[in-house]
Amino acid sequence: MTGVGQEGTGVAEALPAQARRSLRELISVRRYGLQAGTVAMALALWILFVVGASGTWLHFDIYTALMSTVPLTGIIALSLTLVVIAREIDLSFGSVMAVGAWVFIATGEPVLGLLAGLGAGLGVGLLNGIIVVRFGIPSLVATIGTWFFWAGIVLYGTGGNGAGTEFASGFVRNLLTGRIGGYVPAEFPWMIGIGIVLWVLLNRHRFGAHVYLVGDNEQSARMMGVRTARVRIAVFALVGLSAALAGIMSTLESNYFWPTVGSGAMLPTVAAVFLGGTSIFGGRGTILGTVVGAFVIGAIEPGIVSVGWTGLLTQVIYGAVIVVALVMQALVMRRVQH
Amino acid sequence: MATTTNLLELESISKSFDGVRALDHVNLTVGSNEIVGLLGDNGAGKSTLIKIITGFHAPDHGAITWKGRRLEHVTVQHARELGIETVYQERALADQQSLWRNIFMGRERTRRLGLLDLPAMYAETRKLMHEFLRFTSQAITPESFVGSMSGGERQGVAIARALYFEAELVILDEPTMGLSVTETRKTLDFVREIKAAGKACIFIDHNIFNVHEVADRVVLIDRGRIAGEFARAEITVHELIEAMRRVAETGAIEGSAA
Repeated sequence: MTGVGQEGTGVAEALPAQARRSLRELISVRRYGLQAGTVAMALALWILFVVGASGTWLHFDIYTALMSTVPLTGIIALSLTLVVIAREIDLSFGSVMAVGAWVFIATGEPVLGLLAGLGAGLGVGLLNGIIVVRFGIPSLVATIGTWFFWAGIVLYGTGGNGAGTEFASGFVRNLLTGRIGGYVPAEFPWMIGIGIVLWVLLNRHRFGAHVYLVGDNEQSARMMGVRTARVRIAVFALVGLSAALAGIMSTLESNYFWPTVGSGAMLPTVAAVFLGGTSIFGGRGTILGTVVGAFVIGAIEPGIVSVGWTGLLTQVIYGAVIVVALVMQALVMRRVQH
Repeated sequence: MATTTNLLELESISKSFDGVRALDHVNLTVGSNEIVGLLGDNGAGKSTLIKIITGFHAPDHGAITWKGRRLEHVTVQHARELGIETVYQERALADQQSLWRNIFMGRERTRRLGLLDLPAMYAETRKLMHEFLRFTSQAITPESFVGSMSGGERQGVAIARALYFEAELVILDEPTMGLSVTETRKTLDFVREIKAAGKACIFIDHNIFNVHEVADRVVLIDRGRIAGEFARAEITVHELIEAMRRVAETGAIEGSAA
């Protein structure tokens, strides 16, 4: 493999250790500036909530609640991060949640239902990818189309009727939505676990390297032999799979299948990705940023209610948060490209 | 007739597109450590010739020989495996990504399960920076964004990448286009590095001075035909300009226009 030379010590290694470290710090501030901003914003918000409603925010219950609600959008946001890095978008995941949950319910059998539901989500995600990549339709438009299509299919198929989840009372329920030690909702370790897997995939695997390259410059990646079509289809498939899992979790958590499950998932999920610093222009983004972003977004509604404002303000704050996040992105982009 | 030192030999290559002849019985050889400068007007057939060598187009007629072996049905992938690398005008870089990600684009070093071998890629990138690119600024590391580099540095990255993957023939398609004078100098230095590394190069440029400066041999293409060949040592840049002028007027160097 080595064309020009074999192993050896380069310039950077010859530098004094101190200079090397400060160099590295300088680079990481530029690189992780957005994520640092998100974390700072999360802390500021948390302090605001603690000061404004210490009764709520110094008690464990609110965190238990967040650990069961945030992963429902967070798990999807993690996969969506890869889609956005690849300079695509998927808005259909809300109805894919319903597809996954419906298939799960329809089988009437927990383990088989889980596998079938996940399989359905994966299939719908693949279809999204194929529509976007093979037919060259902009993903924003294509996934708005599939969003309505699959939501409609579920409504039509169920006749608009919900169903109970009594059939899934044992293993699968505990696995996905049990309370570990009586406190920690299983959704939370699921989200963290999926986050770790996706982090490794994105940062330490060839697939993730190709996701960044495709989002940065698809043509360059193609010229250098990256199979860009496969990469783009795969990220859509991942979102489909995650959405189905979230839909099934949501159904088990509420003990009832609503055919409209996931209909409110779009805004907070997309907001979590952008707030986490993933660039709308592609080629840039982190898993950690999305995790923090998902918790900030998830904390906004209970936060403003607990400090005594009206919940009707939620959307105002969502909107403001998204705009501020995007402006921060644009500012950091400009500094990096000087 | 062919000498054994030739890396690439094109014999009587012809290519037409929709009945328009782009190349007409072109013969071209490239020695194993030779820099061949290709000069010609827009539409003269330079790009078509390059695309036949890289396997992008198949010739209608003619033979391609690589290291004495006749090649049939060359594909892009096949040409690359043989050691023919092209540095395109657009350079095929990803601006927001780090140097090491660009160097190893599409050919990432991996361990089991497709996991990236980061230490190996870092070490190799440092070595390229040190030995080939000769980046003097200590602010540039394997983690530096390619987008923050100058045009000449970016050209260097693209050439270094080609050489790293065992290219024996590097094809540079208008590498100085859009570069400042100093950046152009830097790029010409990189072309000399290709020679120093013992590799061959086909260097295409509009600028006669650039071609004359680094090429061992200059080939003039005009309207799909080879109009002339000169060893650099045997022709001054002014004679070369005069030859090009005559070619443009008459289609031949020894033309009887006068």
